[in-house]
Amino acid sequence: MNRDVADPQGGWSCPRPLDRYPQVLLAHGGGGRLMQQLLEQVFLRAFDNPLLNQRHDGAQFEVGGQRLAFTTDAYVVRPLFFPGGDIGTLAVNGTVNDLAMCGAQPRWLSAAFILEEGLPMAALGRVVESMRAAAKAAGVEFVTGDTKVVERGRGDGLYVTTAGLGVIPHGQCIGPAQVQAGDAVLVSGDLGRHGMAVLSVREGLEFEGPIVSDCAPLAALVGALLEGGIEVHCLRDLTRGGLVAALNEIAACARVQVAIEEAAVPVSEPVRGACEMLGLDPLAVANEGRLVAFVAARDAERALELLRAGPHGAGAQRIGAVHAGSPSRVTLRSRIGIARVLDVPSGEQLPRIC
Amino acid sequence: MGAVRDGSRDDVRFLDEYRDAAQAGAYARALRRVTARPWTIMEVCGGQTHAIVRFGIDELLPPQLTLVHGPGCPVCVTPVELIDKACEIAAQPGTMLCSFGDMLRVPGTRTDLQAVKAAGGDVRVVYSPLDAVKLAAAHPAAQVVFFAVGFETTAPPNAMAVWQARRQGLKNFSLLVSHVLVPPAMAAILGSPSNRVQGFLAAGHVCTVMGYREYEPLARRYRVPIVVTGFEPLDILQGLVMCVQQLETGRAEVENQYARSVRREGNLAAQRIVREVFRVVDRKWRGVGEIPESGLGLAEAYAEFDAERRFGLTAYTAAEPTECLSGLVLQGVKKPNECPAFATRCTPEHPLGATMVSSEGACAAYYRYRRPVEAECEREGL
Repeated sequence: MNRDVADPQGGWSCPRPLDRYPQVLLAHGGGGRLMQQLLEQVFLRAFDNPLLNQRHDGAQFEVGGQRLAFTTDAYVVRPLFFPGGDIGTLAVNGTVNDLAMCGAQPRWLSAAFILEEGLPMAALGRVVESMRAAAKAAGVEFVTGDTKVVERGRGDGLYVTTAGLGVIPHGQCIGPAQVQAGDAVLVSGDLGRHGMAVLSVREGLEFEGPIVSDCAPLAALVGALLEGGIEVHCLRDLTRGGLVAALNEIAACARVQVAIEEAAVPVSEPVRGACEMLGLDPLAVANEGRLVAFVAARDAERALELLRAGPHGAGAQRIGAVHAGSPSRVTLRSRIGIARVLDVPSGEQLPRIC
Repeated sequence: MGAVRDGSRDDVRFLDEYRDAAQAGAYARALRRVTARPWTIMEVCGGQTHAIVRFGIDELLPPQLTLVHGPGCPVCVTPVELIDKACEIAAQPGTMLCSFGDMLRVPGTRTDLQAVKAAGGDVRVVYSPLDAVKLAAAHPAAQVVFFAVGFETTAPPNAMAVWQARRQGLKNFSLLVSHVLVPPAMAAILGSPSNRVQGFLAAGHVCTVMGYREYEPLARRYRVPIVVTGFEPLDILQGLVMCVQQLETGRAEVENQYARSVRREGNLAAQRIVREVFRVVDRKWRGVGEIPESGLGLAEAYAEFDAERRFGLTAYTAAEPTECLSGLVLQGVKKPNECPAFATRCTPEHPLGATMVSSEGACAAYYRYRRPVEAECEREGL
C-alpha cells in the first residue's frame, strides 16, 4: 500500500535506525518526542561539540574577553499575517528572545529570505516593514542578509531565517545546568495565545473573542531581572511545545524535578475555551512572547515585581518550584488537587474528534 | 449541581465551576460514605477516561470502587481494515483524503496516514466535515473523501455533509464511513461471559444527540444502573455517587447527571438528519470483532457517496494485530498497564493499537499521565 521509492535512503544509512519512519513526517517538526529523536539521532550526533551540547536557546562563548551569545532560527508560518503579528515580527522577536534567554543583549541580526515566485510585492513590503519596526523596538540592527527566489509552488510564499549575535554584559551563567532544588519557577504572562491565534486564522475557526498573538521581544524584561540583581538560573522562551516542552527539557538537563500548580498557570479564557473545544493542552501550545524563569527562591517575589513592571510582563505569575530527586520529571497538581506527570507530547498536538 | 465559584479569579466563566478542589473533596467524601461494598463501574466515553486520568479522579475513589475504561473512543475502535482503506485511497493520485487530526497516527496493517502523506499522498486535517464539502466544491477535478469516524456525536454533522454535497450536486465527494453506536457495544460488554461491569457512566455528549430512552431497556434487561454523565471532574464524581447509590440500594435505572445538556428525547433535528442519510449496519470494532447492528452506513438513497463502493474497497478485510490487547482494554477486562507491551514495544510514537494514539485512548492516557510514576514505584518496590 506504500508507494515504493527507488532509493528512499539515498545511499545514506542512519547510524541508529530512525525508528519506523523512512521519511520525514510533519510530526518530526512538532516539538515533541519525535523531534527530540530527530535532533539527537541526526543533528547532534553529526555536529557534536561542547557549545552545541549546552542545548540552550543559543550558544554562549567568549571571544577576546567578551562573552557573546549566538543563535539562529528559521520561520515558516501559514498564514503569513495573523492577529498580533506576522512572519516578520516572529523572525525578529524569536531570534531576539533566544539571545535574551542566554542573558545577552541582542545586537546584530542577519536575515535570509526564500521568496516564492508570485508572492505579492505588497506582502513582502509589509513583512519587511514589520521587521524594521520590530528590530527598532528590540534595539537590534540587520547587518547582513541573503535572498533567493524559488518557483511557484515550491515555497509557502515566504520563508525567513534569521541569526543573531548578542553580548553578555554580566558574569551570571544562565542555563539549565544552573537550576537547583528550591528555585522558584515563574512565567511572564498568560500562555497559549500565539499558537491559538495562528490556528484560528489558518483553519478559519471562530471562537467567542479574537485571540491575539503574544509575539513580543523579551530582552528588556530579562534586562530588568538582571539589572535588578535577581539571581537568575535559567530562562527559556516558551515557543514550540510551550511550557510543557520547556520544563521537561530543563528538568532533564538539570536532573531535577519541577512541580507546578495548574491553577497558578495563567491562561486567558478565550484560549482555555478554544483548547477545551479542540482537545489541546494550552500548556503545550506555542507562545512567541512568553518566558519561564528559574530564579533563586529568595528573589522570587522581587523578580515577579520586576517582571510585572516590565514590558510584556504584566501577567507574570509564580507557578511552581524545583525539587531534588531522581529521575527528572515535571509534575502538575491539577485543579482538584491531585498531582500527575506532565509529559511531552509525542508529536504535534492533534485536534480530537468529539 | 450547586457548584460554587472559586471567587479568586474573575476571568473564567465556564470551566472552573466544574473543577473546584473543595467541591471535588466533598463529592469524594460523599462517595466514600455511600460505598459499602466492592463495585466495578465503567465510564463509557474516552473523553471521560481522559478527564479521570488527567485530573487524577481515580485517586479520590474509595478502595472498594473500581473504574474500568470503556469502548467510547472513536479512533480506538475503528478496525484496522478501515485504516488500510483510508491509506489506500489517500495514496491514489487525484484524491484528497480529509480526516480529523487524531486518525493520522493510527497504525494500519502496513502504514499510517501520516506516512502516506509524507510519501506524497494528499491527506488533509479538517475540523469539520463541511470543510471537506467546501474542498470538493473548490477542487472539482479531485476526488474528495472524508473519513467519517465516530459515535452518535459526529453522525449528525457527517450526515449534514452528505446532504449538502447532494444538494450542491457534487459528484466528487464521498464518505469513508466508520460510524459506531454506543448501546450495542454496552449490550455486547454486558452479554460477555468475562464481563465484570456492574454499572455505567453513559457518555454525556452521545446522549445530548440521542437522548437516553434507548438505555432504559438495557438497564432493565441486564439490571445495571446507567447514569448519563458529563466530562468535567465534578460531573464524573457526581455521576459515580449516583451510580453507587443505585448499586447499594439495589436499583437499576437510567439517571441523568448531565441535565444541563441532555434531555430524555435528545436532539430531534439531529436524529432526523442521521435517519435520513444513514442506516444501521453490522460493524467490526477494533479488538472486539463484529457486533450486529452496532454502526451506521450510508442509506441506499445515498449509496453514491460511499467511498468504499466508489474506490472498489468493499470486499477488503484485514486481521487485527495479535500483540495488541486493546480489545480487552476496550471491554474493561484489562487495564492498559496490564498489557506486556505497554510503554515498551507500544508507545505513542510507535503504537501497536489505536488506544495508544488518540488523546481519548485509555492506553495513551495512562502513558501520558501515569507511566513514569508507576514505573518508578515498581522499580523502587513501592
